[in-house]
Amino acid sequence: MSRFLLCLGALLLVSTSCTTTTEARALKPEAGRKQAPGFDLKDSTGKAVKLSEYKGKVVLLNFWATWCGPCKVEIPWFIDFETRYKDQGFAVLGVAMDDEGWSIVKPYIDQKKINYRVLMGTDPVAQLYGGVESLPTTFVLDRDGKIAGVHIGLVSKSEYENDIKQLLGQKKANWFQPIRLGDLASMLLGR
Amino acid sequence: MTVASGGKVVAKRGETAVATVRITVKPGFHINSNTPNEEYLIPLRLTWEPKPLVMESIKFPTPKQDKFEFSEKPLSVYEGEFVIETKFKVPADAPTGMGLASGKLRYQACSNTACYPPKTVPVQIPLDIR
Repeated sequence: MSRFLLCLGALLLVSTSCTTTTEARALKPEAGRKQAPGFDLKDSTGKAVKLSEYKGKVVLLNFWATWCGPCKVEIPWFIDFETRYKDQGFAVLGVAMDDEGWSIVKPYIDQKKINYRVLMGTDPVAQLYGGVESLPTTFVLDRDGKIAGVHIGLVSKSEYENDIKQLLGQKKANWFQPIRLGDLASMLLGR
Repeated sequence: MTVASGGKVVAKRGETAVATVRITVKPGFHINSNTPNEEYLIPLRLTWEPKPLVMESIKFPTPKQDKFEFSEKPLSVYEGEFVIETKFKVPADAPTGMGLASGKLRYQACSNTACYPPKTVPVQIPLDIR
């Protein structure tokens, strides 16, 4: 039994350290994360939306514009993420930076069948997020509303998905999934 | 990106004159041409104030058709250095002497992975109207 506990302890240690290493590479460590600046922006229905409403959720806060080619590539990915991870406490928030406003953004949302919430950005909000000099710029927020990562420019879909999974806690779950306690006990006891 | 006048234009009253604007796009970047081939892309635009010269036509160079990491098909763009020519009509009553043709250039630049908000910059061409 003591050998079983020793093996289990070692397994936990390895799993935790592996997870930590992966997180450190992609996302900021929890201790170093800063609170995402709050804002109050309108969505396409005219409803005022506060970022604080999303506390408790992992959020992909994506600054984009209709004239931005690389942003267009990411939109289908975000639609997919919204569909697959919404029920696990995840949301995409698009912040459109088009000077023309909803007259150009609304038809674009319809054309691309965007299923996540899009807000109309303002320069003051962009300034709160460091100016957002180029698009796309995407902030990955953890469940506490803290900035866990930033992607400037087009990155791969898998980079976003790794961030989302890590923040939703799926990564850790996956590490443990292949060896369940019952299976481990069977292995160690030879049953 | 830099925008420079192609030099002073000597314009005679009642005739036409051609002014050039020289544009240099930083390496690794491109701007949409005046005729982008995808919806929602912001075209390059050059506009002129109606005085002291009257704009007749603007000649943009042939754009490049380049494919980027984010584009499924080639886009109509300008890269590097290029020149835009504007043909002006010099009114018979235009004030003689030194002057300026003033205009605005609107462009929107991207790299292979990111885009920058559209910008409008002033353009001025020195004139010598005779």
